[in-house]
Amino acid sequence: MSAPGILFRRELALAWGGGGGPLLACGFFLCLTVLVPLAAGGDPAGLRPVAGSVAWLALALASILSLERLFERDYEDGSLDLITLGPAPLELVVLAKAAAQWLAVGVPLAAIAPVAAITLGLAPSLALLVALSALIGSLGFALTGALGAALALGSKRGGLLIAVVVLPLFIPPVVFGAGALERVANGLSPGPALALLAAYVLFAAVVTPFAGAAAIRNAQG
Amino acid sequence: MIAVTALTVSRGERVLFRDLSLTVAAGEAVALTGANGAGKTSLLRALAGFIRPDAGEIAFADAEPAEARARDIHWLGHLDGLKGARRAGDELDFQARWAGAGPDGIAAAVDVLALEPLLDLEVRKLSAGQRRRLAFARLIAAPRPLWLLDEPFAPLDVRWRAALGLLMQAHLDKGGGIIAAVHDPLPVPARPVDLGAGR
Repeated sequence: MSAPGILFRRELALAWGGGGGPLLACGFFLCLTVLVPLAAGGDPAGLRPVAGSVAWLALALASILSLERLFERDYEDGSLDLITLGPAPLELVVLAKAAAQWLAVGVPLAAIAPVAAITLGLAPSLALLVALSALIGSLGFALTGALGAALALGSKRGGLLIAVVVLPLFIPPVVFGAGALERVANGLSPGPALALLAAYVLFAAVVTPFAGAAAIRNAQG
Repeated sequence: MIAVTALTVSRGERVLFRDLSLTVAAGEAVALTGANGAGKTSLLRALAGFIRPDAGEIAFADAEPAEARARDIHWLGHLDGLKGARRAGDELDFQARWAGAGPDGIAAAVDVLALEPLLDLEVRKLSAGQRRRLAFARLIAAPRPLWLLDEPFAPLDVRWRAALGLLMQAHLDKGGGIIAAVHDPLPVPARPVDLGAGR
């Protein structure tokens, strides 16, 4: 197996093993979508126009949950040192970890996103669009999330710091993703919003490996 | 196999050592000694490329540093790099394969270090000495010429110190090199390098 493949398999096993990270993220996601109607009062019809936006917000928050596991644990237990001395450059390591994060957490979240959105009152005909846009968006969340996790490496309150670093970076995909749903609701094509969402993912895919690797080298020194 | 010239390393404001020069030839072991805080670990981390030195040069025998570090160096720090929640066998498998080992190498390491009964256990259930043996297994499984060891024997009992000594001797006999930070003497003939009193 290729070197990134070895790491990728380990990352998937770590995400699924010991506490079931994906189930936790999905549970958190569903809790948030149940909480919002309760907080908004007894008028479900009033939520309908913002259902897509709320679903996207919940998706962004749920994507933060397991980011601390990504680099911080490896940094603390010394395995990040071993990984640095491996056959793959650190940039590829960051990319493999982000990809595994997406497959382990992002994809399950995208799969239940339509359920959450429809629960909030979104038209069921939009379910497929929600799933597709969430699939693209969660890849963006995994990439920028990996960058945030690398930047927060070695600080004492890592988990909280990651959330503060990463949430502002999550604004564009939330805006574009919710925008796609809103455009369809207004009878327009979701194309431009999805294109912007995909552009964000491509940008993150270019920046994250290099910036993330630099942040890790800095934390090790 | 590694030549260090005029190396200066500092942590924060404090200079740990200045103008340190050191060469390790094939088949040679170096024992780094010195008080706590003298910079033994920092020197090893600089050799492994984790710390950027303030001055000086680290050259490897037949490769650029980045290439040599990806291919020729084994690192055994005082942390074992093992995940508590995972099976010992899975952790060994990942660590050894990441370092370039094949199935045969892993099987040989399991055999030599008597790890068979531990492989199905969760890492958190292992003692510190067993964990160190598990971490050491990747050095046997994946042949890499230069071993950087930080207090390799600290958690081990007398029997396993002797056994690891034999494995280190075998590594030296095959033309490998070892740089180890130690407080007790190494069980193999080693050239001492003293980093001084620290602070």
